[in-house]
Amino acid sequence: MRFLFKTTYEQDLRLFQHGGQVFWYGLLAAALATAPLWAGEYLMTQLVFIAIYSIVGFGLMMLTGFTGQVSLGHAAFLAVGAYAEALLAARGVPVFVSIPAAALLAAAVGVIVGLPALRLKGIYLAIATLAFNVIVEEIAARWESVTNGNAGMPVAPVKLFGRELEGDGGFYYLCLLAAVLACLACVNLLRSPTGRAFVAIRDSEVSASSMGVNLAKYKTISFAFSAALTGVAGALYAHKVGFISPEQFSLLVSIELITIVILGGVGFLHGAVLGAAFVIVLPQLLSIAKDWLPEGMAASGLQAVVFGIILVLVIIFEPMGLYGRWLKIRTWFELFPFYRRGMFRRQRSYLKTERLR
Amino acid sequence: MTDLAQLLVAGISSGCVYALVALGFVLIYKATETVNFAQGDLMMLGAFFALTASVMLGWPYWATIVFAVAVMAVIGMAVERLVIRPVLGQPAFTVVMITIGIGYVMRGVVTMVPGWGTETYQIPTPFAEAVLPVGGVILPVQQLAVIAMTAALCAALYLFFRFTRIGVAMQATSQNQLAAYYMGIPVRRINMMIWGLSAGVAAFAGILLAPVTFVHSNMGFIGLKAFPAAVVGGFGSVPGAIVGGLIIGVVEALAGYYLPEGFKDVAAYVVVLLVLMVRPSGIFGETMRKKV
Repeated sequence: MRFLFKTTYEQDLRLFQHGGQVFWYGLLAAALATAPLWAGEYLMTQLVFIAIYSIVGFGLMMLTGFTGQVSLGHAAFLAVGAYAEALLAARGVPVFVSIPAAALLAAAVGVIVGLPALRLKGIYLAIATLAFNVIVEEIAARWESVTNGNAGMPVAPVKLFGRELEGDGGFYYLCLLAAVLACLACVNLLRSPTGRAFVAIRDSEVSASSMGVNLAKYKTISFAFSAALTGVAGALYAHKVGFISPEQFSLLVSIELITIVILGGVGFLHGAVLGAAFVIVLPQLLSIAKDWLPEGMAASGLQAVVFGIILVLVIIFEPMGLYGRWLKIRTWFELFPFYRRGMFRRQRSYLKTERLR
Repeated sequence: MTDLAQLLVAGISSGCVYALVALGFVLIYKATETVNFAQGDLMMLGAFFALTASVMLGWPYWATIVFAVAVMAVIGMAVERLVIRPVLGQPAFTVVMITIGIGYVMRGVVTMVPGWGTETYQIPTPFAEAVLPVGGVILPVQQLAVIAMTAALCAALYLFFRFTRIGVAMQATSQNQLAAYYMGIPVRRINMMIWGLSAGVAAFAGILLAPVTFVHSNMGFIGLKAFPAAVVGGFGSVPGAIVGGLIIGVVEALAGYYLPEGFKDVAAYVVVLLVLMVRPSGIFGETMRKKV
């Protein structure tokens, strides 16, 4: 068992809290860095998708998990990033310019969405972002001179220093780099006053603003940051898939993205990665399982049913998500004979109301 | 002028369906402050039960409606008891996610049930293709029937909430749970009944919608258009849901006719964004302030 005695503020702000973390994250980094050596082509593709979805997960986690603003429209930011990247790549803009450009554009759109969001709360915000998503999807389908409409548009492969990034290695490292940078950006932001302000807004807007947090400013920053990360993910997604069309950015995708956050565990950056891995791996496992099931069961709806049941069960039995489960397991081992069942139990209110009482 | 009249009737009739789905949202929201994303899927399931009764068992139209509404009411209550009640008191969005999960399950299950599957079906109605000419304006009886049936349901619901014991108890529960509990109202059981009522209304909406969009496993996505309807009216206001639904229906019909292609699909969402910009809690919504 490890006791952490913090004696300075610097210690509290350190990126790694103790040697164990350095070791395990180092091991993870080594495993991921050498992945092209040990993973097959199939696994590499999955890893790339997990990296891309993790970036979205980070973005959404910052917004939903840490600032407490719900968005059901993140597929729209994904679309903005993807289309921006596709158009820039077609004009031969190098990837180190085009991806930040896509991120900036998505951030700008995020600010536009964030502005009405300043007045909206809870479900009204969710509906506003949902409406925004539908509108963006429709624009992508109708603005044919730019987006090529419903026919979709091909995306050129990534070119780096005049060489195409083909095969397993190159593109994987690009995605991995983006994911790690996104993660570091989130961690650093959360250690900074801005991140603290986000968390304060999530926990109570009234008390945050009475402590001098400018709600409008920080909510807008949160929206922009989240949208920018999603834009980066959209750009990478466009390259990975190689072909984009409006229906890839529908409302259902937005819902899938928010499930990353919920399944992973709201309020944990680790949760974003776990949730992303889960959302990517589940359909693959199901397609394997389908071969073993009887004919009637293996209908097209199987994935929806399993996904829905898992979502329901996780929320009922593990409200802290996959990462919360891991925390509980770890705590059980750390405290070995002394773990109590009620340790992580939240105070249960009969009904949390948003209404005037 | 005749165009306009026809468009208005068409808009109002599709608005009625939105209004009924929105009504389902609002009933549940008022009672439990849960936004039920599975409302559209409840509607879809109701339509499938109606299909079973009508096509496979050969029942008459009215019996079909009663059957589907009754079955869905039971399913709605079961959903509340099994899934929603254990998570009450958790953050609002967590509960929203759980209803999204329920929606996934329903959509998937429908494709697995033998005889339902992924195909598109039609429920025969007694109104069929008949039209009613009124002074040069040709009105489809189908649309008029939808409007009439919605009006009848609304009247019935009004009487129910106003004059029955359970209806008044439901009103009390949704106004203030704690006070209702102190008055001896079994709040949990009432909440369960509200879910049943809401699912029943959804089934009714599904049957009304069936002749327009036909019955298939994805017809529940129209529930996503009922959201704007509920929000425009102000989430948590029953008359607001009806008015919102009608507004969305009419705007959509007019946009489909007068504006270029593509505006019809987004009209509902543009309207909701505009309304939210002006009034952040809808037209009839009460302004909420949190006490510290």
